[in-house]
Amino acid sequence: MSAETIATIWAGLIAFAVLAYVVLDGFDLGVGILFAAERGPQDRDTMVNSVAPVWDGNETWLVLGGGGLFGVFPLAYAVIMPALYPAILGMLFGLIFRGVAFELRFRAHSERGRRLWDVAFFGGSLVAALCQGLTLGGLLQGIRVVDRQYAGGWFDWLTPFTVLCGIAVVVGYTWLGACWLIWRTDGALQRRARRQATVLGWAMLGLIVAVSLWTPFLNPMFMTRWFGWPGILLTSPVPILVALVAGGFALSIRRKHHLTPFLCALAIFTLCFAGLGISFYPLMVPPDITIWQAAAPRASQMFVLVGAAVLIPLILCYSGFSYWVFRGKVQPGAHYH
Amino acid sequence: MIDAFHLARIQFGFTVAFHITFPAFSIGLASYLMVLEGLWLRTGRTVYLDLFRYWIKIFSIGFAMGVVSGLVMSYQFGTNWSQFSDKAGPVVGPVMAYEVLTAFFLEAGFLGVMLFGMERVGRKLHFFATCMVAAGTFMSAFWILSVNSWMQTPAGFGIGADGRMFPTDYWQIVFNPSVFVRVPHMVLASYLIVAFIVAGVAAWHLLRGRGTPAVRTMFSMAMWMAAIVTPLQIGMGDLHGLNTLEHQPMKVAAMEGNWDRSGTEGAPLILFGLPNMKTERTDYRIEIPHLSSLILTHSWNGQVPGLKEVPAADRPFAPAVFWTFRVMVGLGFLMFAVGLLSLVARWRQTLFSSRWLHRLVLVMSPAPIVAMLCGWMTTEIGRQPYTVYGVLRTADSVSPIALPGIATSLVVFVVVYFIVFGAGTLVMLRMMAKPPVAGQEGLDPGLPIRSAGIHPGLAGDVPQGSGGVSPLRGGATS
Repeated sequence: MSAETIATIWAGLIAFAVLAYVVLDGFDLGVGILFAAERGPQDRDTMVNSVAPVWDGNETWLVLGGGGLFGVFPLAYAVIMPALYPAILGMLFGLIFRGVAFELRFRAHSERGRRLWDVAFFGGSLVAALCQGLTLGGLLQGIRVVDRQYAGGWFDWLTPFTVLCGIAVVVGYTWLGACWLIWRTDGALQRRARRQATVLGWAMLGLIVAVSLWTPFLNPMFMTRWFGWPGILLTSPVPILVALVAGGFALSIRRKHHLTPFLCALAIFTLCFAGLGISFYPLMVPPDITIWQAAAPRASQMFVLVGAAVLIPLILCYSGFSYWVFRGKVQPGAHYH
Repeated sequence: MIDAFHLARIQFGFTVAFHITFPAFSIGLASYLMVLEGLWLRTGRTVYLDLFRYWIKIFSIGFAMGVVSGLVMSYQFGTNWSQFSDKAGPVVGPVMAYEVLTAFFLEAGFLGVMLFGMERVGRKLHFFATCMVAAGTFMSAFWILSVNSWMQTPAGFGIGADGRMFPTDYWQIVFNPSVFVRVPHMVLASYLIVAFIVAGVAAWHLLRGRGTPAVRTMFSMAMWMAAIVTPLQIGMGDLHGLNTLEHQPMKVAAMEGNWDRSGTEGAPLILFGLPNMKTERTDYRIEIPHLSSLILTHSWNGQVPGLKEVPAADRPFAPAVFWTFRVMVGLGFLMFAVGLLSLVARWRQTLFSSRWLHRLVLVMSPAPIVAMLCGWMTTEIGRQPYTVYGVLRTADSVSPIALPGIATSLVVFVVVYFIVFGAGTLVMLRMMAKPPVAGQEGLDPGLPIRSAGIHPGLAGDVPQGSGGVSPLRGGATS
């Protein structure tokens, strides 16, 4: 295989890892954000228990995204991290509070301590989601690079567009979280989750439209990609499919399906991600660095690719097994802890 | 003089020191849990299950703190050391990617089953999950230490015209010259950390008159570990020193406080002193003739390197290397003494009654953590002024982030880490302050338990391999 082919495969694998992270930790974080709407301690316990056995594995995809970028696209890693420094660190701090709160809210000795860890769980989830949206927006609008290094200030990324992306990701994750709860809980909690999912679904759709309309104006390349000929042949199915899936989502909510809303939400996220991929390709860091410029030498990429070819399917198997073990509705008061 | 560069170093040192404590504890504790569960399955003695349930709760908190503090590390290379990432990333990045692929996913994938799944999968599959988590922690240690070893003793790479490194032989990169001493040294350190914490917890309860079978069992197991592993660790440390002498002589010179290369008369061991970077000598020295030569070259008059062999700009900050090394070695020998005393007490059959031994063990229980952190400071500060020894300078590795950015994030790191990990550690200590309960119901009696007999899963979701009786509930109390 040529170096170019391997780099393209790796770009696909990194994109897969990021997508896996977004949808998997997305619903975890969404459940955390929904803490704001659920006051009852027992419902909160049920919500946490629905994700407790799997959140750690979900978050590992983020480490693969970061670690993989470091290994196979070191230039992209070396440019993106300093450019989006406050957003990345904000995300990490959010994830610290969220991750530790998972364990400590069950161990709190007083009601006050428990409430504090609940706030940490909610706040950490919210900040992490917001910062991931800001990171996405910052990357989309482009990073100024001179001589292989980021050349700008540490708040250059903060623009109305990145804020819009931040809000979109927060709403999107919360929506995923609500859909997850429809699937994994029942009773009053499920009914409330269904109402939340309906509102959030419409909000999400509006935000997707807003971000999609704004993005082509960020970079002339995005514009020709989306609206030029023959690019439009490839791009036009994406919004059409989004509309179809959104219709399916509305129907599944009305018919009170349990799993379908979550699957629809996953499909919407995947379609949005595909749309982003269409915009980006072949760039790794807009506006200048392509996949091939960012790539590590062929030997570096090949070394990990051999392992990844065996290990990623294996990881998917045992991660799937873990989900299978903890399948079914989470009963109120069913403490895994 | 504080500038962005020094703050970036302080930030990395601070975050990595906090981080490493948790995985070091997890590596050892995962193995201990595996042994406990294995013994329970083999012997059927519930005391092992009681201990397993006791330590797994503590493990779950330590593990979570390791995960989130480790997540920070995987991004610190890019945020604060972007030039290092760009230049050395093609060589070390793929090795780290293997850590994620082989270790992190394995741990995370089976952790849920290990913590919460005993009632759902049955004993054998649960034990398998525990083994996988333990294997994951071990593999994680191997890969990350391989990366660190490569930075200490780089091999198997070339440097391009643009100053970026590229791999030439991954076999040499992964199995670089110091990996074979660093990995065992660190794994043994994490075993000692757990041995002394387990022993300390047991000693605390023994001193309070709670010498239950579980407490006695864990004290005895931990003391066996202390007695066996400390001499091994001292031997491993000696091998590590010889390896460093061969590949990083300036680090050894700083550890020894030696400024001039010794002649044919052999070098003394400076027991204590104060290396002075300005006057290029070690003040207030107390020394033992020939001992440095004897330790480092295993001969009476062997030659020992001195810091003056390289220009001042290429020397590590010797006082820090010198003193952290002495703290580590000093604590190592104290731990060795504890191991010996435990053997004496065991022989005299006073292991569970000797109050001074229990007090000593309690006081010594944090010693391996301190020793490990000091050892890391020795090896990391001793590698300076390079990130990749002899190849890439630390000053040429840093990110183009200005002072206020680094300073702000450092302050937030310090505040957040002390709050979050302080609270987590406090919770762990509180759990340790309670003794293990014999034959307790459920995984955690301190929490509300679901109505008896109802599994959290769907109806008909009967655990396999346990005949429908969940081992943690029915099996344990019968």
